[in-house]
Amino acid sequence: MTQMNMVKAINDALRVAMRQDSRVVVLGEDVGKVGGVFRVTEGLINEFGAERVFDTPLSEGGIIGTAVGMALYGLIPVPEIQFADFIFPAFDQIVSEVAKFRYRSGGEYTSKMVIRTPVGGGIRGGHYHSQSPEAYFIHTPGLKVVCPSNPYDAKGLLLASLRDPDPVLFFEPKRIYRAARADVPEGEDYTVPLSVAKVVRPGNQVTVIAWGAMLYEAIEASNKAAEAGIDCEVIDLRTIWPVDIDTIVNSVKKTGRVVVVHEAPKSCGFGAELVSLINEKAFDYLEAPPTRVTGWDTPFPYTLEMDYLPLAGRILPAIQSVAKY
Amino acid sequence: MQDERDVLLGLYRQMVLIRRFEEAAAKAYSQGKIGGFLHLYIGQEGCAVGALAALEKRDYVVTTYRDHAQALIRGTSARACMAELFGKVTGCSKGLGGSMHFFDADNHMLGGYGIVGGHVPIAAGAAFASKYRGDGAVAVCFFGEGSATIGAFSEALGLAALWKLPIVFICENNEYSMGTPLERSLAVADVSQKAVSVGMERDRFRCTDVLEVRDRVAVAVKRAREKNEPTLIEALTYRYRGHSMSDPGKYRTQDEIDERKKLDPILHAEGALRAKGVSDDELAKVNASVEAEVEDCVKFADESAEPDESLIEAFNYA
Repeated sequence: MTQMNMVKAINDALRVAMRQDSRVVVLGEDVGKVGGVFRVTEGLINEFGAERVFDTPLSEGGIIGTAVGMALYGLIPVPEIQFADFIFPAFDQIVSEVAKFRYRSGGEYTSKMVIRTPVGGGIRGGHYHSQSPEAYFIHTPGLKVVCPSNPYDAKGLLLASLRDPDPVLFFEPKRIYRAARADVPEGEDYTVPLSVAKVVRPGNQVTVIAWGAMLYEAIEASNKAAEAGIDCEVIDLRTIWPVDIDTIVNSVKKTGRVVVVHEAPKSCGFGAELVSLINEKAFDYLEAPPTRVTGWDTPFPYTLEMDYLPLAGRILPAIQSVAKY
Repeated sequence: MQDERDVLLGLYRQMVLIRRFEEAAAKAYSQGKIGGFLHLYIGQEGCAVGALAALEKRDYVVTTYRDHAQALIRGTSARACMAELFGKVTGCSKGLGGSMHFFDADNHMLGGYGIVGGHVPIAAGAAFASKYRGDGAVAVCFFGEGSATIGAFSEALGLAALWKLPIVFICENNEYSMGTPLERSLAVADVSQKAVSVGMERDRFRCTDVLEVRDRVAVAVKRAREKNEPTLIEALTYRYRGHSMSDPGKYRTQDEIDERKKLDPILHAEGALRAKGVSDDELAKVNASVEAEVEDCVKFADESAEPDESLIEAFNYA
């Protein structure tokens, strides 16, 4: 096995898919010769040519709009939106077209594509290079939303996304693009199934739910809680939507206490939906009000981003609070 | 009426200030004092300096994330600009914006914007407000040729022409939208022709001679102010550095960069000043005063405090 970071693992997944299936094409701003702003598509143009890996102008609505047409005609486009913050010019195309094609054509057509985009904070990008917009898309029926936390899952989830019949938004947590490393079978084909969460740290007293870059903060806080005698179970969602509620409910039935962690602002963040689902499905098992540790309800700040992010230092008190409730 | 020699000397100083300021910023970035993204204007100075010389104080300026030059010229102090880059509370956006998001209400600098092209309709809105209120102010919107492919640009252009807004659109065509050369972005290389489809006046020139830039932009500003007619200007220019500090710019050849540097606006202004009888001593004095100003602003930024955590929410609602 080869040690890879997230960037390399995602690149490898694209190579595997493109070698197998000539319908897969990669498009986006600077994805060709430059290899993308984070170099995720580096070298693909050399192996697959400029017909399958091509630069687009700065035109997010145009990128997604043309990808819809490609998908309807049988291709599997993999558009890259350079930052998740830049997805909003394409919001209309995604919400109005991508998400609804299957439904409004009575199952005749699908605009099946995998929209890749770097997400989240941690690189001092400020207001427009740091956001976590997953909730907008979870709120839009017809889309699937994935966010891997490590290179092995990133590759397997991307390959699963490419083979899934529905359009997928594939959020890549840029804070751990190069920091997270793992053994990944290079050039090999494997999938990590969508909508299957993973218990990454078993425990009995508090369920901590996280995904993407914040998983590591959840684990760190849980390790510190263990020193204080609190035994946490940490769940990595991997696919945010449709969510693997069974794994969550099974954990909550055991612990009765929940902390949800995410980077996005608190209000109407996905944490709110998770808490509602837990209330609906495991209310009788709860020993404490489910708690959220999230970004602030403000734009994403430049200097204060480490205060904004829900890091271990803010997760730990929440764990302690629900544990002693 | 100020002597043309003194005017040019003033514009020369502005261009040198931008260049030295950004060189200092690049150094601070490499020292880790500035984080995130830093897009340098070096090489393009003739465009912003010439264009803004054609404006009045009451006019409004909207620009891209490559916004340091416009702020410095409009009157935001070098201290406030550098402190913003350092993420300090003394910065023009209290350290919460950073390099790409300068704002300065007093100087009618409506901001640097991080979403390419997304700011063009905002500038049209400012022009609309000016016309509606009868203020006589003109809005000037800078954007790269990369913005010319964005829908928001086309929409703003169409509305400005339809509503006859007092606005000057200035496309800073530096030949590359990040790493993608113009010919892979646009079917027609002449961006100013975008004006034709909406019946807008247009102009197109290179930004080597800062006085020529001023005079050509002045024609458009006059048209906006007196006749409420918009203009699309394509200002041909070139950035010497990469798209941002993290871009080594390997998609260009050294020969190409060397060729473009022969058209340097600062070099050209020096030649013109010498021809007008400005001595080496006088030029050296200008350069020394710029260097002192830049040194001072770096020291100021270094010594300023970071914003307190209480500021996270403070500017969210009134």
